[in-house]
Amino acid sequence: MSFTIYVPCDSSAISLGADRIASAIIEEAKKRSISIQLIRNGSRGLFWLEPLVEIDTPSGRIAYGPVKRSDITSLFDANFLEGGAHDLFLGLTEELSYLKKQQRLTFARIGKTDPISLEDYIKNDGYKGLSNALNQTQADIVKAVTDSGLRGRGGAAFPTGIKWNTVLNTPSEQKYIICNADEGDSGTFSDRMVMEGDPFVLIEGMTIAGLAVGANQGYIYLRVEYPHAHKALTTAIEKAYAAGYLGDDIKASGKAFHLEVRLGAGAYICGEETSLMESLEGKRGLVRFKPPLPAISGLFGKPTVVNNVISLASVPIILDKGGDYYRDFGMGRSRGTLPLQLAGNIKHAGLVELAFGMTLRELLYDFGGGSATGKPIKAVQVGGPLGAYLPESQFDTPLDYEAFAANWTVLGHGGVVAFDETANMAELARYNMEFCAIESCGKCTPCRIGSTRGYEVIDSIIAGQNIGKNIPLLRDLCNTLLNGSLCALGGMTPYPVLSALNHFPKDFGIDNEANVA
Amino acid sequence: MTESSTMQVTVQNITTSLKDKPGALLPILHAIQDTLGFVPDESIPTIAKALNLSRAEVHGVISFYHYFRNTKPGKNTIHLCRAESCQAMGGKHLENHVKSRLGIDFHETTADGQFSLEPVYCLGNCACSPAMQIGTEIYGRVSTESFDTTINEIEASA
Repeated sequence: MSFTIYVPCDSSAISLGADRIASAIIEEAKKRSISIQLIRNGSRGLFWLEPLVEIDTPSGRIAYGPVKRSDITSLFDANFLEGGAHDLFLGLTEELSYLKKQQRLTFARIGKTDPISLEDYIKNDGYKGLSNALNQTQADIVKAVTDSGLRGRGGAAFPTGIKWNTVLNTPSEQKYIICNADEGDSGTFSDRMVMEGDPFVLIEGMTIAGLAVGANQGYIYLRVEYPHAHKALTTAIEKAYAAGYLGDDIKASGKAFHLEVRLGAGAYICGEETSLMESLEGKRGLVRFKPPLPAISGLFGKPTVVNNVISLASVPIILDKGGDYYRDFGMGRSRGTLPLQLAGNIKHAGLVELAFGMTLRELLYDFGGGSATGKPIKAVQVGGPLGAYLPESQFDTPLDYEAFAANWTVLGHGGVVAFDETANMAELARYNMEFCAIESCGKCTPCRIGSTRGYEVIDSIIAGQNIGKNIPLLRDLCNTLLNGSLCALGGMTPYPVLSALNHFPKDFGIDNEANVA
Repeated sequence: MTESSTMQVTVQNITTSLKDKPGALLPILHAIQDTLGFVPDESIPTIAKALNLSRAEVHGVISFYHYFRNTKPGKNTIHLCRAESCQAMGGKHLENHVKSRLGIDFHETTADGQFSLEPVYCLGNCACSPAMQIGTEIYGRVSTESFDTTINEIEASA
C-alpha cells in the first residue's frame, strides 16, 4: 500500500524548511521500505503551523505541524502515515478552526491540490468558468463580472466589470490583458500564494478576460522578488499551451489567447498601472498622466485591462457559479470575499479569506490570537505602506471598503500588519517618507522632493528640534503630497504619516498637540 | 578570448535573441544579469544599437530599477527586508546585526567578495517576518543566531 503525503511548495513554507522536510520524508520512507507519493501542495495559509505536513487517510487529510527535520524519525515511529498520535498531530486539516471559519472562494483549491497539475486543477472544478465563457457572448461575460460586484483587489477597488466594459467597447485591432502581479505592499502575500498555489486559476481568469474584451495577448507583470511564483507560472503556462487552454485556438473555439510572464526589477512604483505599462514597454517606470485611461489607451497605446492577481483569480468562480453566487457574500458595496493577510507581530499569521464585513478586532484576535510577543497590539497598518495605522480605538471598523474610507483608512489589498507596544510610530512615519523617497519615480515634484523633505522634518521632530514649528510644517507638507501628487505613492504616503501623528502624538514628542499646532 | 570580449559575445547573443519581443529591454537586461550577475556598462552600446535607442535611454532604464546593477556582485547576494512587517518583528535589530557581522552597509560587497548586501522592500514572506533572501533561497523568522548559522554554512561550503 502506498501513502500520499503533502508538503507545501509555498515559498513561506520553504523559508521555514519545507524543502528539507520533503527530502527527509522521502529518505526516511526509503530507509523503511515504505512506498509513498509525496505531493508539493500550496500552503493552507496557517503559517505558524508551517511546514505543515498532511497525510491522506480514509477519513480525510490529517495534518502535523510545524514539522522540523528532527521530527521526521519520531513521526515515522508514531506511524503518522496512518494518523498515529504525535505531539505535532493537529487532526483533520479541514476541521482546524482557523480554516473552518473561512469562506474560501478564490482560495478554494489552494493547499488541497498539486499547483502545477492540470489534471488536479480540472478535477477540482478548474476550467469550468472558461467552458461557460466559451459559450457566452462577450457582453454576457462582462455582465456576469459586473453583476458579481467584484471590485479591483489590488487596492483601488474599482469595479472590474466597468473596466472590462470600457475595453470591450473601445474598438481596436489589438487589445491587452495585464495581470498586475507586482505585489509590493508590505504585509501582503495573497497574490504570491495564488501564483504559487494555484497558477491555473490566474491563467483561466486572464483567458476569460481576454475572451470578454477581445484581447488575444496577456502579460503577467511579476515582481522579481518572487522566483517560486515565476517557476510555477511558467510551468503552468507551458502545460496550458500543451493542453490547448492557451494558444491560437482555445479548446477548438477558434478564439486565441497568448500569455507571457514578464519580470519587474525591484521598483515598487511599477505596481501603479501606468508605470507598470511603461515598464512592460521597456522604459523607466514613470507614471503617466490619466486620462487617457489604460482601458482606452494602455499598453503600446492599445485598450488594456489591468487587473490584480486576486481580481483575475476570482473570475473563474464567478463564471462557473454565476455573478449572483459571488455577490451574495459581503456587505454594502463590498461584494464577495477578500483574502486578508495577517502579518507582522501577530501570533497566528496567515491567509484569511472571508466575506467583507468582519471587524478588524475579530481578525486580529479571533484569528490572529493577538500579538506574537504577547504584548498589547499598539497599532495595525492595513493596506500596505500607503495605508493608515489604526489605533486600538478603530479596531471595530468592519472590513469593508467604504467603512475604512469613512475613517480615513484604507483596506487596499487586504494586508494587515500588527505592531506591539514597542513600536515607535514616529520612526515608522519616518520610514514611510523614506520609502516614498526611495521608490518615487520622480515625475511629480510633491512626491520626488516632498518625501525627502518629509523624512528630514521627521528626523528633526524625533531629535526634539523645534517641534512647535516642525509639526505644522509636516502637516503642510503632507497636504501638498496628498493633493498635488500624480499617483497614489505620493498621494497616499500621508495616510500612514498623518495617522501615526494623529493617533500617537506622544511618539512625536507631543503631549498635547493643541499646544503646538 | 579575454574576459571582456567573452562578455561582449554573451551580451550580443542575448540581445539578438530577445530584441524582437515587444518591450524587449527589460527581458534583455534580466537575461544579461542572470548570466553575468550584473549589467556591465560596456553592454549599453550593443543594446542601444539593437533596440534603436540612445545609450542614455538604456542607461536611464538600468539606473531606474533597483534590481539591476552595473558592478559585479559578491558570490552571494543577500536581500534583507526592511519593510513594515519585518520591522514589527525586530527587523531593525536584525539589520544592524547583519551589517556588523558582514562589516558592510547596504549596496556594498564584503572585501573577500563573498557577500553583497541589498535592501528589499517586501519578499511576500510577511507571515514569517523577518525575512531575507540569499540568491533565490528564501529564509523566514530570521534571528541573529539563525543568520549567523546560515552565513557560517555558506562560508564553510565556499
